[in-house]
Amino acid sequence: MDWTAFGLSLELALWTALLLVPIGAWIARELAWRPIAGKAWLEALVALPLVLPPTVLGYYLLSAFGGASWLGQAYQAIAGRPLAFSFNGLLLASMVFNLPFAVQPMQRAFEAIPQEVREAAWVSGLSRWSAFRRVELPLAWPGIVSSLVLTVAHTVGEFGVVLMMGGNIPGETRTISIAIYDRVQAFDESAAATMSAMLLAFSLLAIGIVYALSDRRRRA
Amino acid sequence: MSFFGAFAAIGPRRAVTEGIAARGRSVFAAAIAVLLCSIAESPPVRAAAVPVVAAASDLQYALSEISEAFTRATGSPVKLSFGSSGNFARQIMQGAPYELLFSADEDYVRMLQARGLTEGAGALYAIGRLALFAPKGSAVKADAEMRDLAAAAADGRLRRIAIANPEHAPYGRAARAALMHKGLWEKLQARLVLGENVSQTAQFAISGSVDAALIAYSLTFSEAMKRAGSIAPVPHEWHAPLAQRMVLLRGAGETARRFFAFAQSAPARAVFERHGFSLPPSKG
Repeated sequence: MDWTAFGLSLELALWTALLLVPIGAWIARELAWRPIAGKAWLEALVALPLVLPPTVLGYYLLSAFGGASWLGQAYQAIAGRPLAFSFNGLLLASMVFNLPFAVQPMQRAFEAIPQEVREAAWVSGLSRWSAFRRVELPLAWPGIVSSLVLTVAHTVGEFGVVLMMGGNIPGETRTISIAIYDRVQAFDESAAATMSAMLLAFSLLAIGIVYALSDRRRRA
Repeated sequence: MSFFGAFAAIGPRRAVTEGIAARGRSVFAAAIAVLLCSIAESPPVRAAAVPVVAAASDLQYALSEISEAFTRATGSPVKLSFGSSGNFARQIMQGAPYELLFSADEDYVRMLQARGLTEGAGALYAIGRLALFAPKGSAVKADAEMRDLAAAAADGRLRRIAIANPEHAPYGRAARAALMHKGLWEKLQARLVLGENVSQTAQFAISGSVDAALIAYSLTFSEAMKRAGSIAPVPHEWHAPLAQRMVLLRGAGETARRFFAFAQSAPARAVFERHGFSLPPSKG
């Protein structure tokens, strides 16, 4: 059992959720309420990581993070170390491939808040911020929780992108799914079996939470 | 408020799947139908008209050339599938329909032989060589004795070096041995980037994301690689020989047998040599 890898996966998942869910909430809210020209294309862009093969994402991310790209060079100049094959690089990649998982549940939740409720909040003299905090946020809460859990679960489960651009560095980019692949490659069946079973339990638990939440709300 | 939960939960997959569900169903049915037909038609014996040959990824250029020469000489095509030798070994144990395996080392062939999946012990066909590669723009220079690499490791110019995973890739084991020989292995631990196989390691190097890489010499003969950086073969006595063995798998057909023989012929040996492989003693 590779605890370092499991810990790294969890760390990556939590950071991704922490950074991506607020950004995702803003995107979701804009997409839900603001009339934007070409909205369908924006939504398509957000959904893209769902349908693109991880190989395509991984290929682009690896080229984008390398020393030959402006992003790679800018990061190198600021941080003093390369972005490719680093935890921060993986975090950035993770925020890209999790975008639909973070945005879509929250967008549905914001869309479901009736126009009259928002208008009532404005008429009551609530400022924008307090309307968001006291009316929108509580109403959209189940969607936000879904986003959080899905982002965490999907990050822990992501394999293809990490294999393509991670570089398998222990404690830095070797996530649990890569560690499992590694053990299978090394014909170490028992370690692979243990870690697989653990990941299965973890994923079931995470998805179970989302369904349980949605069930309770539906009945309420 | 009761419908919020329904909207909020499991958004993405459901949103996407529901949208295409109606069309998806008929496509699915068609796919099943095609699948059933193909099962009904598949022949009971393994030997196919065009045999599938599994080959280690360091052979990408050399073996493609050899198979073209083989097809020109005999009129029989073969299908080449490149990947990691370990993956192929596992797939063969699960009954994958390959007829011939060109492994990057001998251990996988022995493992398959011990399980009775091969026809005999096969034959050595090439000795792989390791090379140091430094991408264009890297602060490190590739020289035959890895002198600049050692200096760069000491003065911090070398931030990342890519090798294949030594736990299961033969070239990874050779890279580890060479770095140990230079006394660099311990020092470079934190700077290693591990490729899943030697091809991916080369890909990391071409992308310029690392300062240096230890890869298969045979992969550095492509135009793309020559343009991407400087290359120096590593002295072969710095690591255990990368003896590459091929073996016919049980149930192999006539074409696979002829290709097995062809890969040991003088023209094939010349191709291996031209792509940076050393050669095992000829059987005559």
